[in-house]
Amino acid sequence: MIPELGHFCLAMAVAIACAQGVVGIAGPTLRDPRALAAAPLLTLMHFSAILLSFLALVWAGVVSDFTVENIADFSSAQTPLLYRITGVWGNHDGSILLWCLILSLCGAAVALGGRRLPASLRSRVLGVLGLVSCGFLLFTLAVSDPFTRIWPPPLDGAGMNPILQDPGLAFHPPVLYTGYVGFSVAFAFAIAALIEGRIDAAWGRWVRPWALLSWCFLTAGITLGSWWSYYTLGWGGFWFWDPVENAALLPWLTGTALLHCAIVVEKRESLKAWTVLLAIATFSLSLSGTFLVRSGILNSVHSFAAAPDQGLFILVLLALTIGGSLLLFAMRAPVLAATGIYAPISRESALILNNIFLCAIAAVVFTGTLYPPFADLLFGIQLSVGAPFFNQTVLPLTGPIILAMGVGPLLRWKRADLLPVLQRLWLAGAVAVLVFIILTATKHVIAALGLAGGAWVVFSALTDLAERIRLFRVPLSQAFGRLFTLPRAFIGAALGHIGFGVSVIGIAAMTLAVQKVIVLKPGQSTTLGGYSWTLKDIHDAPGPNYSQRVADVAVSDNGHVFMTLHPSRRFFTAQHVITSDAAIRTNGFQDIYIDFADEEDGGAELRLNRHPGAPEIWFGGLIMALGGFCSLSDRRLRVGAPFRKRLPGGATV
Amino acid sequence: MSPMRRRLLFGVPLAVAVAGGAGFYTILRRMKNDQYDPHALPSPLIGKRPPVFTLPGAAGGSGFSNTDLLAPPKPMLVNWFASWCAPCQEEAAMLQKLAGSGITIWGIAYEDQPADLTAYLQKYGNPYTRIATDQSGLTAINWGVYGVPETYFIDKTGIVRLRYAGALTDEVVKTQLMPLFEQYS
Repeated sequence: MIPELGHFCLAMAVAIACAQGVVGIAGPTLRDPRALAAAPLLTLMHFSAILLSFLALVWAGVVSDFTVENIADFSSAQTPLLYRITGVWGNHDGSILLWCLILSLCGAAVALGGRRLPASLRSRVLGVLGLVSCGFLLFTLAVSDPFTRIWPPPLDGAGMNPILQDPGLAFHPPVLYTGYVGFSVAFAFAIAALIEGRIDAAWGRWVRPWALLSWCFLTAGITLGSWWSYYTLGWGGFWFWDPVENAALLPWLTGTALLHCAIVVEKRESLKAWTVLLAIATFSLSLSGTFLVRSGILNSVHSFAAAPDQGLFILVLLALTIGGSLLLFAMRAPVLAATGIYAPISRESALILNNIFLCAIAAVVFTGTLYPPFADLLFGIQLSVGAPFFNQTVLPLTGPIILAMGVGPLLRWKRADLLPVLQRLWLAGAVAVLVFIILTATKHVIAALGLAGGAWVVFSALTDLAERIRLFRVPLSQAFGRLFTLPRAFIGAALGHIGFGVSVIGIAAMTLAVQKVIVLKPGQSTTLGGYSWTLKDIHDAPGPNYSQRVADVAVSDNGHVFMTLHPSRRFFTAQHVITSDAAIRTNGFQDIYIDFADEEDGGAELRLNRHPGAPEIWFGGLIMALGGFCSLSDRRLRVGAPFRKRLPGGATV
Repeated sequence: MSPMRRRLLFGVPLAVAVAGGAGFYTILRRMKNDQYDPHALPSPLIGKRPPVFTLPGAAGGSGFSNTDLLAPPKPMLVNWFASWCAPCQEEAAMLQKLAGSGITIWGIAYEDQPADLTAYLQKYGNPYTRIATDQSGLTAINWGVYGVPETYFIDKTGIVRLRYAGALTDEVVKTQLMPLFEQYS
């Protein structure tokens, strides 16, 4: 009964979303206050309907209702409760329902949080969101229905893929989807503004917090996903340039560019056409990323089984959404003329530079990801594009971004001088050069370049922050007091840059990682990275729905054992699958990572790793996301009007 | 810039998106008609004869060269394997079964030591009629071998009809190999 109700709510949501789309977009032209008030109401109803539908599916998962095909295929009676719930979105149909839920949640957030918006703009934004949602709900209902029943029901479900039985999966998809789907709001704002034919500074101010919010989630989602693959897959890698990863990275790159150029629209009313295009492109890439990967066109390890007829449905939806918005963009081209002017060296130019390089990286990643199917189509050659291509093309392009990131935030609007800014950054420059020289001499040039770049970004952001709070010029307590009077947006931006620098440091330090694959018998030991690693014992241990073999490995430094790790191999009897659960111990600056790969003749095949800097990769991602949230708490965004404020020291911001 | 030219310029993204969409549509159509499989590992050898090579024998088997594969009396398999590869050990039973059913299998050991090879064949059985050893791995590069094990189907005229990367499973034998044996025998 409950699944039928869920299915019914889903059908109802399609109808409401359709009404929301029509009323929302056409409403403002009717000049009827009732039509304007209808869109937010419909949006909330739309959200409630999908929420009920989603809860129905979760309910079916929790009570293990195996008459629902989705539950029978991906859950079993032995699956722990947490994974019975998260398993609902760990498969194709369920994850699309989650996607639709988040899309309607975004609509509801605009309906409730956008009270300051002009009523007509809000109505149109909600209308665009309604139309998009309507299309994807139709898709769910027509070809990817999560509530399909089977009769007679199997006695037990097929069980969940053991790799997915991990707390990381509980949070990674919802957070990542919120990031993806959140850009639908920026997209809807862009389309609504194109329909109205008016894009100005106020529009920039409205759209930016929404873009920032979804950017924060996307950053956190990518970070979580990378961390999850690091600790569950047992390869010790954090980024594989897999099509699904690239699909998440692309909207992140264009979304980051969007954040930066929306500032220019807000402050200077320039780059309007570009900002609108980026808003459209970011959401288009999110859509294509989520759905093209599922169509099976791209060869990926994240395999969702999908049929080509689903692919065709998706393609039509994408064509309508992306094609329609780009058509509108071309038709409205004349109203998108810039008004602000600026000199070649200015904050505006720095932000344009940021955009150029971010979009260049996005273009390279996009080309590399899509080249294999298109090369086969156009030239009949079959090939694969892998990590070597991306490493060689993307890394050189991040160099200029890293250099410009240090300088950009210190430049003034309209016209600036480069020399004084560089003089203010002498400390950051000196640290970077020092790091480079020391590491080139002792370690490796590539690692040295990366670490120096990261240090440059971190120290220049810190310099900017220190100057703003007049550190060492006024007493310390007063300086820290000033930290709280700074605009949160400024602190957020600094944190964002620092986070990026920290990630760069982590990634560069990972190139110094050492690894060894070795078969040890209990009692034997080996050396790696200056430590001595001893296999003490291999023994059995019980698990909830698996049995496992655990290896005890002691790691010692100069004879002093400082940690004992317990990597294990798990045997999931229901699925006949063996997974290895790597043991990772971190001290915040380096990871000791041991994977128990195989057991033969009483010996354990172990993959021993020492990963310097690994934790920094994800710390950096979290700092970036934190910076975004900090910026969102800025008073300017809550009050909704631009303001200038005098600081206690007399400086203006 | 005149409004019309501006519209044309701003229409460039649309044109790109339309071209991309048309491309995806064609790809999806071809996937549906089984003309394109993104997950397939393509082999340059399909429809051709194996490249020139002469490899010495090992483990009591006589080696062979490409000329020996020019016109086999009946369709046969060439199996790349190695004593150090775990999937090969899993595959050994399947190869034994195939050899038992009368299928000719020739083996090429990839980057292997003669002593290890002899021990491996003693332990897991020897399904191979002839065994060659490619110690340098150069022949493997010319064949486009992706990793071991890998199996090539060669028809009576010596032309490669199928390459399968990975250990042969019941399903692969049933759905891919057996139809070929029926078609070409």
